[in-house]
Amino acid sequence: MSVPTIAIVGLEFRYPDGTIALDGVDLHIHPGERVALLGPNGAGKTTLILHMNGIYMPQKGTVAVSGLQLTQDNVMEIRRRVGVVFQDPDDQLFMPTVGEDVEFGPRNLGLTGDELNQRVQDALNAMEVADLIDRPPNHLSFGQKRRVAIAGVLAMKPSIIVLDEPTSNLDPASRRELAAALKSLDTTQLIVTHDLPFAYEMCERSVVMDVGTIVASGETAEVLGNDHLLQQHRLELPYGFAIRNGN
Amino acid sequence: MPDGHVHTLYRHGNTPLHRTQPHVKIAAAFLFIFAVVATPREAIWAFLIYFVILIILAVSARLGIRFVATRMLIETPFVIAALLIPFLTGGDRISLLGIELSRAGLWDTWNILAKATLGLLTSVVLAGTTDIPSVLRGLEALRVPRVLTTIMGFMIRYLDVVLGEFRRMRVAMQSRGHDPRWIGHIKPYATSAGLIFVRSYERGERVYLAMASRGYDGHMPTRPGNQASVPQWAAALLAPATAWAIAALAWWSV
Repeated sequence: MSVPTIAIVGLEFRYPDGTIALDGVDLHIHPGERVALLGPNGAGKTTLILHMNGIYMPQKGTVAVSGLQLTQDNVMEIRRRVGVVFQDPDDQLFMPTVGEDVEFGPRNLGLTGDELNQRVQDALNAMEVADLIDRPPNHLSFGQKRRVAIAGVLAMKPSIIVLDEPTSNLDPASRRELAAALKSLDTTQLIVTHDLPFAYEMCERSVVMDVGTIVASGETAEVLGNDHLLQQHRLELPYGFAIRNGN
Repeated sequence: MPDGHVHTLYRHGNTPLHRTQPHVKIAAAFLFIFAVVATPREAIWAFLIYFVILIILAVSARLGIRFVATRMLIETPFVIAALLIPFLTGGDRISLLGIELSRAGLWDTWNILAKATLGLLTSVVLAGTTDIPSVLRGLEALRVPRVLTTIMGFMIRYLDVVLGEFRRMRVAMQSRGHDPRWIGHIKPYATSAGLIFVRSYERGERVYLAMASRGYDGHMPTRPGNQASVPQWAAALLAPATAWAIAALAWWSV
């Protein structure tokens, strides 16, 4: 079997006040997979994401990205490999123009000249926002901001993109455009979401997390077809929505 | 989408002034303003020439009277303050329309008004022909420390976001019947200002996380600046050079 893109074993994390946020998480994601991470608010999803790119260091257990174990010394390389797209694109687009923002990551990696421009162009094209290159981020629509934020992460050529609530606040058309853009990428993806139909549309596999551990993992249709599981973990399909081939 | 007022300072165009490299324009504007400030206040003719130079620049950049005039309004509070000086200062007095005014105070008012107006007009022409990202790049090219330009960039970037938050809070207050009529009603505004401070602080942390996630290690990556040709520098420095010549002439003549 290939080296997993993400290999998390026995990960535990406790906040300074003693609250347990992660209580022994085991998670493997393989190259080319698109996995949904589901779970109610407060399940520990965001804390888990922040471990994947070394913003938090494991207190117990291990995190490895494409075979490289996360330590204090290689945190920069880990951050290059794991691209995190945060929930509020205004937090992520901090440079004066779209072009400069997408450049930010690759420049930190030391890229310059034609190589840099090519990276930026490729990332913008992949998200279909190349025409926005000279615009200041505050002039973009919410859907455009989200796609530019993803382009900024793509430009670092990560092994995996982690998206935190990518569909929040998007209108249906922007949501559809985002889905199409994400499907066109061949990068491994982890999509953290409350939007179960989006998980169903995008991801073959879903992982359910609650109170700091992984409580279920399997084919999305199976997970979303399991009413008991959903109910137990405060997950709900929208009214009138049913998974046809679930059990 | 709400447009922050900071962006309305720029008017899109493709005139020679728009095309001049930002750092050249910034340097020229500063040198011009120094010349204005250094001119003795008695040389009224010199200020008129400065004014004509700026009008020529504004016209050549197709900025339009309305555009310039509305952006000059920011000076109003200073004008009012300056107009009070002749009433408040002492010394030799002259009578104007039956009102006793201080002669030294009148000169002070003129000095402040003329120099502030010309300085502001210079800034309006600069900002009208240079968009904000270019101003920041220009300052960087002029070796302004990267930390300062970064702070400015962040401030401008998030001004709209913060103003938007404030606007939404105000609408929420009004929607629940808040109708401020007298000073005692100001309390909810004070509270929301505090709240916005806290929210911005938290946003700052999230922005930092996002930066760290894209490989930020404490140093902003630099962009190679654009070079300006010698003819471009020469053309841009023509206005401040003229101004310095006039200032020197004014000193010699008074």
